[in-house]
Amino acid sequence: MSEDVHLSQICMDFGSFRAVNNVEVTIKPGEFFSFLGPSGCGKTTILRLISGFMEPTQGAVKIGGKDMKGIRPNARPTALIFQNLALFPLMPVWENITFGLEVRGVSKEIRRAKAEELLQLVDLHDSADKRVSQLSGGQKQRVAIARALAVEPKVMLLDEPLSALDLKLRQHMRAELRAIQKRTGVTFIYITHDQGEALAMSDRVGVMSQGVLQQVATPQEIYNNPVNGFVASFVGENNVIAGKVTSVSGGMAQFETAKGSFQAKLGAAVGMGDEAKLFVRPEFCSLRPANEAKVNSIPVEVTEIAFEGNFVNVFVRDQAGDTHMVQVQNDPSVPPPAPHTACQMVFNPESCMILSEAATSRHGH
Amino acid sequence: MQELIRRYGISLSVMMAAMTAFWLLALVVIPNLVLFKFSFRLYLPVDQLGGPNDVYTLKNYVTFFNSPIHINVFFLTILYSSLVTIICLAITYPLAYILAKVLKPTDTATFFLVLLIPLWVSEILRSFAWFIILSMQGPLNAILTGIGLIDKPIRWISGFQSVVIGLVYAYILFMLFPIYNAIQALDTNQIEASQDLGASTWRTHWRVVIPHAKPGIASGCVMVFMLCAGSVVVPTTLASTNSRWFTEIIQQWMFEGLDWNVGSAYAFLLLALCILFVSLVMRVLNVRLVDIAK
Ligand SMILES: Nc1ncnc2c1ncn2[C@@H]1O[C@H](COP(=O)(O)OP(=O)(O)O)[C@@H](O)[C@H]1O
Ligand SMILES: [Mg+2]
Repeated sequence: MSEDVHLSQICMDFGSFRAVNNVEVTIKPGEFFSFLGPSGCGKTTILRLISGFMEPTQGAVKIGGKDMKGIRPNARPTALIFQNLALFPLMPVWENITFGLEVRGVSKEIRRAKAEELLQLVDLHDSADKRVSQLSGGQKQRVAIARALAVEPKVMLLDEPLSALDLKLRQHMRAELRAIQKRTGVTFIYITHDQGEALAMSDRVGVMSQGVLQQVATPQEIYNNPVNGFVASFVGENNVIAGKVTSVSGGMAQFETAKGSFQAKLGAAVGMGDEAKLFVRPEFCSLRPANEAKVNSIPVEVTEIAFEGNFVNVFVRDQAGDTHMVQVQNDPSVPPPAPHTACQMVFNPESCMILSEAATSRHGH
Repeated sequence: MQELIRRYGISLSVMMAAMTAFWLLALVVIPNLVLFKFSFRLYLPVDQLGGPNDVYTLKNYVTFFNSPIHINVFFLTILYSSLVTIICLAITYPLAYILAKVLKPTDTATFFLVLLIPLWVSEILRSFAWFIILSMQGPLNAILTGIGLIDKPIRWISGFQSVVIGLVYAYILFMLFPIYNAIQALDTNQIEASQDLGASTWRTHWRVVIPHAKPGIASGCVMVFMLCAGSVVVPTTLASTNSRWFTEIIQQWMFEGLDWNVGSAYAFLLLALCILFVSLVMRVLNVRLVDIAK
């Protein structure tokens, strides 16, 4: 039904430019795995390596334990959903969907029945005979998914398939894609630059920067325990303070900065005496009266309040003039302090981390 | 038109429109109308012009249908024009695909330049070059015998062989450009999607590339076919003893017989029958005229 995908130390060079650098990851059968990273970090290249439109310069792509070297895209057990969908405009919807069966010599009656069945699956009724151009963005999306599912791939590859949709539809399609994946049990490899998408849909996420895989973990782990500064700042918001590790005990460390001394969790690649950065998320910060003595506190003044509905972003400035953000739940009985109030920004040692910069190569070269 | 005026101003727009109109009227429509009128009049001695015999008649057209030799030449012209069209298509389609989708754009530009340079040389010189290449003691036979592919020289200039070769060479670019343009406009992702869904190379061409390129293919075919059927220079330069082209008969009527009336009747017959033939083929292949104009 579904297969695992093993990317074994793959590198991809375009001339002297290394677009994918030593990526090593195993995607489990039936998993919804996302590659998350900014535009140009090599996500599409990875999908094209898996689907067979490119061969890696180094390393191997293995699907179900089998090395895919030399196997052409039309013989791989993968189906790719293109960023622009690439539906065939000259064929009606049902022929689009069953194109993969047509090339395998399946009879027209069976294909027609299969098309109807898949249209049900993707919740698109009465569209079999329509032209592709008659469909809306969301409907085209569903046709593309149905077309890929029709060939019963072991692995489904999706290249930012929701990026062309408007926000509302995008959120709806997220849930839908996830449901289709669960129903079919096919391994999904999904790529996106949208952290919300990756976190909401995936079993595991691989965060990439400049061709290097920075961290592979569950969405919770990525968000709560990022391995380095890149992952922390790419996924979610942070207040960042530069400084130096002065003592280490257990997983915790003392961090000396220009704004004072802080206790924090020590990130993976940082050690005693290292220059690094402290990352703390706005929702883990709170505001206290100015005179209360506390660990991990910075004296600040409230500058601006942004009401977001279910939460409120309070912007504060410290004595060095740097701005930080504190996120508090919207609660009419406890309103946030007014602008120009002097107070302290405090955070728990357990909820902040000392992290290094992004890894430029996971294997240290 | 308003767009034109906005962009280039009134005087320049009027000038452009006037020049286009002049081109169409003075150089195309009026001469053809004159010839069209000629074709319904008889070729008479000067003293009978305006006399009782100077009437409109279909006699010139009937001449053709009463001449089995001319009918035969007409069908051979259609047959070999079709053959040239098919050969051009067979050579051009893979070439256009490679140029549009396989080569890097920078290489493509160089390639097109190399292809276009021969067009700067006049058709008659290019045909004559082929006459030299194909002659009994010419370079082609020399090379082929030299590399041992053939034992003795081949008589290339016999039957319609040399005419077909010459016409393919003369008009192949008229096939290449429309097909290249059509394939270039195809989203490469569609080709990849087809492969990804399991289609073989052949199947991808049949179901995705060719349907997309159909208007380009049709327009190239119509162009090459019409140019071949109406060609004069190539069939006369590369003619063998038994290759007669319909245009040569028209020429004979006009310049040897000095009978412009029958000559123009033949010319219009050629035009009309070619249009009929092309529309029939288009009907069979399910191509519409609007597709071609795109
Ligand atoms: N065929 C190619 N030739 C040269 N460079 C390429 C090619 N494909 C991608 N690249 C480069 O590789 C990098 C990664 O591209 P891509 O994988 O498309 O990124 P993403 O999908 O993450 O936005 C980019 O800098 C891009 O310019
Ligand atoms: Mg991309």
